Amino acid sequence: MSVHTDGEITLYGLMAEFETPGQLVAAARRTREAGFKNYDAYTPYPIHELDAAMDLHDNRVSLFTLIGGLLGCAGGFGLATWVSAVAWPLNVGGRPLISVPMFIPVTFECTILLGGLTAAIGMLLLNGLPMPYHPVFNVERFVNASRSKFFICIESTDPKFDRTLTANFLESLGAEEVAEVAE
Amino acid sequence: MQPVELPDKIHVGPVIDPGHSLASVSDKVAGIVLKRKITLGWVFGLLISFAILQNLMAGATWLLIKGVGVWGINIPIGWGFAIINFVWWIGIGHAGTLISAILLLLNQSWRNAINRFAEAMTLFAVMCAGMFPVLHTGRPWLAYWLLPIPNTMGMWPQFRSPLLWDVFAVSTYLTISAVFWFVGLIPDLATLRDSAKSPVSRAIYGMLAMGWRNSARHWQRYEKASLLLAGLATPLVVSVHTVVSFDFAVSIIPGWHTTIFPPYFVAGAIYSGFAMVLTLMIPVRRFYGLDDIITLRHLNNMAKVTLATALIVGYGYTMEAFFGYFSADTYERFMIWNRMTGPYAIFYWCLILCNIITPQFLWSKKIRTSPGILWIISIIVNIGMWLERFVIVVTSLHRDFLPSSWGYYAPTVWDWAVYTGTIGLFMTLIFLFVRVLPMITIFELRMLLPSASVKEPVAQ
Repeated sequence: MSVHTDGEITLYGLMAEFETPGQLVAAARRTREAGFKNYDAYTPYPIHELDAAMDLHDNRVSLFTLIGGLLGCAGGFGLATWVSAVAWPLNVGGRPLISVPMFIPVTFECTILLGGLTAAIGMLLLNGLPMPYHPVFNVERFVNASRSKFFICIESTDPKFDRTLTANFLESLGAEEVAEVAE
Repeated sequence: MQPVELPDKIHVGPVIDPGHSLASVSDKVAGIVLKRKITLGWVFGLLISFAILQNLMAGATWLLIKGVGVWGINIPIGWGFAIINFVWWIGIGHAGTLISAILLLLNQSWRNAINRFAEAMTLFAVMCAGMFPVLHTGRPWLAYWLLPIPNTMGMWPQFRSPLLWDVFAVSTYLTISAVFWFVGLIPDLATLRDSAKSPVSRAIYGMLAMGWRNSARHWQRYEKASLLLAGLATPLVVSVHTVVSFDFAVSIIPGWHTTIFPPYFVAGAIYSGFAMVLTLMIPVRRFYGLDDIITLRHLNNMAKVTLATALIVGYGYTMEAFFGYFSADTYERFMIWNRMTGPYAIFYWCLILCNIITPQFLWSKKIRTSPGILWIISIIVNIGMWLERFVIVVTSLHRDFLPSSWGYYAPTVWDWAVYTGTIGLFMTLIFLFVRVLPMITIFELRMLLPSASVKEPVAQ
């Protein structure tokens, strides 16, 4: 249990490492309860308990998907209608030009296509990906975040952040190790 | 083969070997890509597949030089191998989406070990499928006529035609499958980036992972997007084979003009897809020593789905024959009779043998948990499902309403060249896939481990 200091560095934040998901969730909850705002947890797989512990409820992906799906739906139906009734009208025995049931498959596929694309692209954009550089990777042990270890990083931009006090706080959460994250 | 100890429970063993930890599953799956030496067997397999792929090149080249006349198709049998193989490949793809999307929504955690591989299979199968309609046009450079693109002829596609619906359904399916697959890959690419030793692989996987850093805030949106994609892919997969069946059912040809086609085609697609997953997974788990991750329970479950869909398909065949008789329609009755006793009767009865009789062995748990026998059954089912499409396409077309326009269809060597060539393409892609990407979803595998569940320490 020690704070590593690498001389004079601009600090992105302080990172604590935990052994089990249970410790991490408890630590994340206490970090939020202690009033920190700019912090994040890093885990090798999604932990649903963290959503409650960190109070995460971003529903914008769903909203984007809904909008994308509706646009696809309107676009697909509009395309079929415009092509069949305006651009290339074919009178087949006086049958209606806007033959709604026959337009459903294309409308449906376009709904799914645009909905699916906005779900994926929306998720990436909201997550700020692609991101070529991020300071958390400066911590050597952070490679384990995609393997077997759990991390919490409190960022220096947080109003409550203090180099020593925050390090002590992270240690009091039962962290294996607390490291400084260079900017 | 090792005798299998079966516990007296519904489940055959755990979904993952109890000896595994978070680190060990990561290292094992990532190690197949990063550490494992290139073996002679893999090189040999890739070379064979690549050699078979050359059939496609030769077949497609000759087709483009001479035109579709080099195939066995004629009037009345204008569809032939191109449509048979198209439907066969698309059907195979359906298992991947079923496993990745529908089983995700149904919370079937055993799918975690097989979904990546099955999705890759979907993607490759749809690529093979897509080639056939394009080649079937005979002039692929005009394939853009299929799309609603403004053009100098001032013409537009017919939005009331199932063939156009097919264009939309299949291209949407390919796009969404690729997106779903890639979204699923991002966290695993990050694992590969972080575990890779060589700077080249670190750079490549790093670029593909796009800077994924396993942040909880990201995971929350990621999970939401995955769930939404699964929710969208589920009706999509059902719609794709429904639309494929509309190519047949919307026409008025005897044997095609039936309302049972959509559900029967979707069940057949899942049936053939699961058989293909078994065909590929059983050797892979053996050669890559993955039987602690793809356990007997997985094989058992997949065999059960295969059996269930076999029964639905069997119901479909029975109903087809019954409707043929019960419709009291001369042409429908003749079509069924001709199918069972005509020039293609041997194909029909082989299809019944492969698709209805063979899967009955899967009622036995002993067979469901014997990889070798299961593998043979899965091959037979693949052949049976190909025969099914052959019988549907050819027997209905070759003798329809007017005896004066009856005909006979036999594939030529160029039909076989293109068909086997796509199998070569599929196998080549599978061989490359298992070496360059993690064939098992590592982050979802971690979630299966007992140590992954959250047990919060008691607060002091």
